[in-house]
Amino acid sequence: MTTTTDEGVERAERASGTPPEKPTKRQRQAAGIADQASGGIGVLLVKILALGIVDAIALYALFILVVNAEWLIAGIVAAVAIFVNWVYFSRKRLPAKYLTPGVIFLAVFQIFVLAYTSYVGFTNYGTGHNGSKEQAVGALMSAALDRVPDSPTYPVAVVDRLGELSLVVTGPNGGVFIGGEERPLEPASGAQMEGGVAVGVDGYTTLSFQEIVSRTDEITELAVPFSDDPNEGALRTPDGRSAYQYTSSLEYDEAAGTMTNLDTGVVYTDIGTGAFTSEAGEELLPGWQITVGFDNYLKALTDTRLSGPLAYVTTWTFAFALISVASTFFLGLFLAIVFNDMRMRGRKLYRTVLILPYAVPSFLSALVWAGMMNESFGFINQVLLGGASVPWLTDPVMAKVSVLLVNLWLGFPYMFLVCTGALQSIPDDIVEAATVDGAKPWGIFRLIKLPLLLVTVAPLLIASFAFNFNNFNIIYMLTNGGPRDTGAPIPVGFTDILITMVYKVAFTGQMRDYGLASAYSILIFIVVAVISIIAFRRTKALEELN
Amino acid sequence: MKVNKKGLLAGGAIAIGATLVLAGCAGNDTETEESAAAEGGSLTVWVDSERVDALQGAADAYTEETGITVDLVGKDNSTIKDDFIQQVPTGEGPDITMGAHDWLGELSTNGVVAPLELGDSADGYLPVAINAATYDGTVYMLPYAVENIAVLRNADIVPEAVGSFDEMIAAGEEAGLDQPFVVEQGAEGNPYHLYPFQTAFGAPVFGSDENGYNADDLQLGNEGGQEFAAWLASEGKNGTGNFNTDIDGDIAKQSFLDGTAAFWLTGPWNVGSAIDAGVNVAIDPIPSPTSDAAQPFAGVKGFFLSSESENKVAATDFLVNYLGSEDVQLALFEAGNILPALTAAAESASSDAIIEGFATVGQDAVPMPAIPAMGSVWQYWGIAEASIINGEDPSATWTKLAEDVQSAIDG
Repeated sequence: MTTTTDEGVERAERASGTPPEKPTKRQRQAAGIADQASGGIGVLLVKILALGIVDAIALYALFILVVNAEWLIAGIVAAVAIFVNWVYFSRKRLPAKYLTPGVIFLAVFQIFVLAYTSYVGFTNYGTGHNGSKEQAVGALMSAALDRVPDSPTYPVAVVDRLGELSLVVTGPNGGVFIGGEERPLEPASGAQMEGGVAVGVDGYTTLSFQEIVSRTDEITELAVPFSDDPNEGALRTPDGRSAYQYTSSLEYDEAAGTMTNLDTGVVYTDIGTGAFTSEAGEELLPGWQITVGFDNYLKALTDTRLSGPLAYVTTWTFAFALISVASTFFLGLFLAIVFNDMRMRGRKLYRTVLILPYAVPSFLSALVWAGMMNESFGFINQVLLGGASVPWLTDPVMAKVSVLLVNLWLGFPYMFLVCTGALQSIPDDIVEAATVDGAKPWGIFRLIKLPLLLVTVAPLLIASFAFNFNNFNIIYMLTNGGPRDTGAPIPVGFTDILITMVYKVAFTGQMRDYGLASAYSILIFIVVAVISIIAFRRTKALEELN
Repeated sequence: MKVNKKGLLAGGAIAIGATLVLAGCAGNDTETEESAAAEGGSLTVWVDSERVDALQGAADAYTEETGITVDLVGKDNSTIKDDFIQQVPTGEGPDITMGAHDWLGELSTNGVVAPLELGDSADGYLPVAINAATYDGTVYMLPYAVENIAVLRNADIVPEAVGSFDEMIAAGEEAGLDQPFVVEQGAEGNPYHLYPFQTAFGAPVFGSDENGYNADDLQLGNEGGQEFAAWLASEGKNGTGNFNTDIDGDIAKQSFLDGTAAFWLTGPWNVGSAIDAGVNVAIDPIPSPTSDAAQPFAGVKGFFLSSESENKVAATDFLVNYLGSEDVQLALFEAGNILPALTAAAESASSDAIIEGFATVGQDAVPMPAIPAMGSVWQYWGIAEASIINGEDPSATWTKLAEDVQSAIDG
């Protein structure tokens, strides 16, 4: 803190009772310096360092993005970086200083993911609708090329005259021909031979391999008509060394937007479904990606194959999530109360042991449990039950029980931890007062401890419900949804929950349907969100207790 | 304005400064690519991480000869196919990727692979490899290895090769074993490993014509299929118990390594661990339950050319004229220990008794169908076989399987 002359003057003015004038520029600067210094120089340095790191990363990102011509993203990154600097270098904007990091993280990890998933849900993105129309046409045309049966391999040289490429072809009988795009093969004069193969023609420049590589696009497009008869096809060279005679079974008419199969005469038209379709409804794949509006949502809700399984899978999903939350919570709570008793010895050791299931990755433990529950070889049947053959994972009812048991084992330590913390925050004097009033232990628990506990724990129970509702890992690792319901038209099993069923529907075999899967994900998100919102509103009432 | 996924992801990641993601998204070193293009182009090749070293020599030699740089990118085998399908349309994908022939249906339906003209070199490959590399009458893959299952025999327990399936079981029981033969199944079955027995009864999945497998000709439910189902039931839980869905891959392996099983139906990928465990391994043809040969599936590994490659000429040249050479095929064989697809290389590799054993079985092998309809078969096939093994009515279950598959194919 420095006493400047300005301040002395100010004080003198105030003492003499004249109103202060507007501060001069120097005064403002001085005030600014004082203001900064009051936070301590260390804080300022940390701030500058942190912003420096952020800016450095943003600059690096911008550099990469501009090189890759990703203009939109570059714009967003630049805007965010500028905004962050503006917020933290300004002396006001206090709320923004607190909110900015959180909002950025929220935007990247929640809003963006959700928005992108919804976007995909409105497209037909999936197997066969993977890229742009242009790419689909290219792929169809190159797949439609058939090599003329028993045609020989023609050694070729790629030659250039005035920027136009031609192929110099050596026929099987040693004859040399030349031709180019739209210029059928004709005998060439003045061929330069090397080892019985023509390597060039007078008046043309032969391309070296490097030149061929650098003009790849022209060469892959180059089709030299074999003769005046189009049915004889054209010569193409895939590697610039040899050419082969091809005919094409498809013809693309860009103006009309149609594909014609030259063998059958069937015309395939772009009817707006993202693939060329014949009148009989046959599609040529690959197609391309288009937006399809609410089609995926309609399909998700009205697919007749799903209507049967969907009902019991949904029921089981709710049952699984609710029972998992309830069982883990009550077991965790029971143990927490037991170990909260001062008269018990070695509580720390017990607590440590109880946390262990929580410390093992759930992927691993689910797989270990699956091994232990094997009917003929598993540890539980062989060792614990002395050779019994309990169908832990292969009977529909037992498999559900097993899933719940394993999830209980995985989930109770978390609840135990949470409840231990919450119990210790309940003041002892309340309990003492209740005892003095003659309350029994059960009454104390039910009327005093549990309500107070729920104030803290209720939001966590809701989160746990949402987590278990989409607990893909345990189902996938333990039973993979099995045992399979062989009566269902889709490969769904008796322990499948919604998310694993969606996974199977969308990703079975070779037909991926990202659009449908995204639509389902959004629907599941809406269900979980609605339940969570209602539950949170209800738990607000609990807070009145305090 | 078309925003591609990678860009969006990159943007998101950048905004919070996830530098790692950034580096990944910047991908493919655009700068080096551009400078290399000036010198004569560069090729990006995705390779299963375990085989990068084997290919490095070939890549360097190619660069030396042509001046074209070859960037080998090691990829995780389990994600390489989906990454390829997703990245090719964005223009960020590789020029060439390593893969398996049964991806072909999916790759071609997505339009991400370009046809490959092998020209005269096609005659130099094993017929099964060329067959597998062909989809819809067009070749799309440069094959480099052929893989199939065979029976591993513990020669210390059963010194001589056996003839039929029943003789195999008898030989094992004579040696005092309860479960002489193991094959991996699991709760959802494993049709890949049971296929040789199914073909022995004359029930392939699809009939085939000159263009390969024909999706409209489902042979699964034919009379041979019914016979196979009846046989499977008799060898299952309520029969001899030679097939058991509780035996998964790990349990089968352990039984063979411990010597409680003398015969193990599995692939070359498990031979190493058996030899390391000190088992005296011999490779036998698969004992057939009928008078016909038991034909396993052949899986062919190879290289695909991206349809969006900007360097098709160089890529084709590198594949056909370079990776198709005997030296490179042998180098890949050394790295992966599976039979090369090039006949000449396969012959020199067959000096190894293990490889020769698998190759002998492979002569009867049939390529695994790559047509998209196969996806519909997989999802019902194993479950049906598992429930037959566990005592469901074989005839009804098999009939329902054929109906389910047919209706799934018809969509």
